[in-house]
Amino acid sequence: MVDIAERPRLAATAAATAATDAAPRLPRRLLGLGGRVLHRTAALLTLALVWETAPRLGLVDRVFLPPLSEVLLGWTALLRSGQLAEHVGASLTRSLTGLGLAVLTAIPLGLLIGWYRPLAELLSPLLEVFRNTAALALLPVFVLILGLGETSKIALVLYACSWPILLNTIAGVKGVDPLLIRSARSMGLNHLRLFQKVILPAAVPTIFTGVRLAGAYSILVLVAAEMVGAKAGLGYLINYAQYNFAIPDMYAGIITISAIGLVVNQLLVAVERRFSTWRVDVSAS
Amino acid sequence: MSTNKILFDRVSKTFPVRASRRSQAGAVTALDRVTLGVRDGEFLVVVGPSGCGKSTLLDLLGGLSKPSGGQVLVDGEAVVGPGLDRGIVFQQYALLPWRTAAGNVAFGLEAKGVPRAERADLVAYHLELVGLSGFADRHPHELSGGMKQRVAIARSLAYDPDILLMDEPFAALDAQTRDSLQDELVRIWQATGKTIVFITHGIDEAVHLGQRVAVMTSRPGRIKQVIDIDLGDRAVEDVRSTDAFRHHRHQIWTLLRDEVRAAQSAERPAAPAPAPGRSRRWARYGTSTVGRTAGTGPDGGRIPAVPGADADRAAPAVARHEEARVG
Repeated sequence: MVDIAERPRLAATAAATAATDAAPRLPRRLLGLGGRVLHRTAALLTLALVWETAPRLGLVDRVFLPPLSEVLLGWTALLRSGQLAEHVGASLTRSLTGLGLAVLTAIPLGLLIGWYRPLAELLSPLLEVFRNTAALALLPVFVLILGLGETSKIALVLYACSWPILLNTIAGVKGVDPLLIRSARSMGLNHLRLFQKVILPAAVPTIFTGVRLAGAYSILVLVAAEMVGAKAGLGYLINYAQYNFAIPDMYAGIITISAIGLVVNQLLVAVERRFSTWRVDVSAS
Repeated sequence: MSTNKILFDRVSKTFPVRASRRSQAGAVTALDRVTLGVRDGEFLVVVGPSGCGKSTLLDLLGGLSKPSGGQVLVDGEAVVGPGLDRGIVFQQYALLPWRTAAGNVAFGLEAKGVPRAERADLVAYHLELVGLSGFADRHPHELSGGMKQRVAIARSLAYDPDILLMDEPFAALDAQTRDSLQDELVRIWQATGKTIVFITHGIDEAVHLGQRVAVMTSRPGRIKQVIDIDLGDRAVEDVRSTDAFRHHRHQIWTLLRDEVRAAQSAERPAAPAPAPGRSRRWARYGTSTVGRTAGTGPDGGRIPAVPGADADRAAPAVARHEEARVG
């Protein structure tokens, strides 16, 4: 908890010092582009620099926190041996399967709940209870019922991913401009056509925001699930490496997870933007 | 009876009101036995103070709500729901933001079940009719308010309803755009021969557009009087400054003045003296209808202490401005 609170503050101060140090040294003409690139990467570069030098200077125990270069060497070794691909493949298969199943189940369910008020009234107390139950708290239950294999892990991802998609879909359907519905009704559209031509397109951007959130969740919970009784996957790699004191490998696993999380999020942001150009533009103007 | 395209036959509408801290649960009568006929091909304008039930009238005609009493007849048959024989143009355009201008015009055609092959021609024709041929591929957020309303009008015309219902369609537009769209609407009406029911709170707009103007009372809404508008030759360059125009405007203004007062005293029954808020309300009404008549733009400096006094002063002021503009 403490480190989560600490992190943004550290990053902010690091970025600030980097910016003030760099500014006088750079020629003015490079300030425009270079300054912006530096501004964006300064915090990351500082982190890398601190990670590299702190263990070397003996500020931290280099057994527990090896310099970044050693971690990257460990990472390339894992990559060459094919182990990394195996673990990444196992993790991605699980999280994408879970995410895909969540999209397939939660979107239709959310559309139904958002559209039929009686169903919403019936289910919303239940949804409130489950929504506020941490997915990881249910991991032992999933393991008990579904065993240690793939099923329990995929089920956990499915469970965790369903909530943001479900809630955003409901919000998307309920948030459709009533005037558009009135206008469509005045043209005599029946319920099905109204849904297909007005409600669904209007809700798409909100639904995609939910999918993007779910993408992040899918990796978060999966790693935790893989630390319990898995034989492959990045969570297993991290846990196993720590257990065997292969510390650079452990950090290599952590870096890989961050990278995958970033890539997945960027992909989903791009998709989201494509589906909601009209909404983005409206809010911008 | 048979000459009427639309007939409101003693139509009443009440809305239930939930109990609040200050009042008990009850019902508000929005419309009270309204009887009004609209002839085939007629341009009828309904004007009244805010909250008098103008839009309720239009909702009932559009089939979006049901009357509490009486019935609405179209071609002699009671309205039971929405239908493509009546097209509604809303003040806030109600365009689908994810569709282009052409896509929005096509929307009504899809609702009507027009085959895909015929849609493109109809869309192009109606965009041309409202002067937006070059903007078929634009999305609503790329269009100005006036253009959006043109698209909305094209959409309603495209599926060819007999009746066009317009709910304060130009109220959100600036004065210049409003003037040009009013002229265009008259042109389109003459070209298509639709029956148009047009709701507004602007006296000027009512006189300019309507063949007849129905003036409504404040709540509960009734038809106070229906006035035949005769502007003579509409081809006059500035029809708004003719004597006939001014005569009709004053006529409606006089009819409305009492209703606006009644509406205000109904909203604040307990206020003994004109409170600041109340006179500001009056001033706003004055600028939006009477003040705008003068064509002088914002007139916010004139906030009277006594609402009645303002009403009496406003009329000569209007005349003065008008003379200045004509001369």
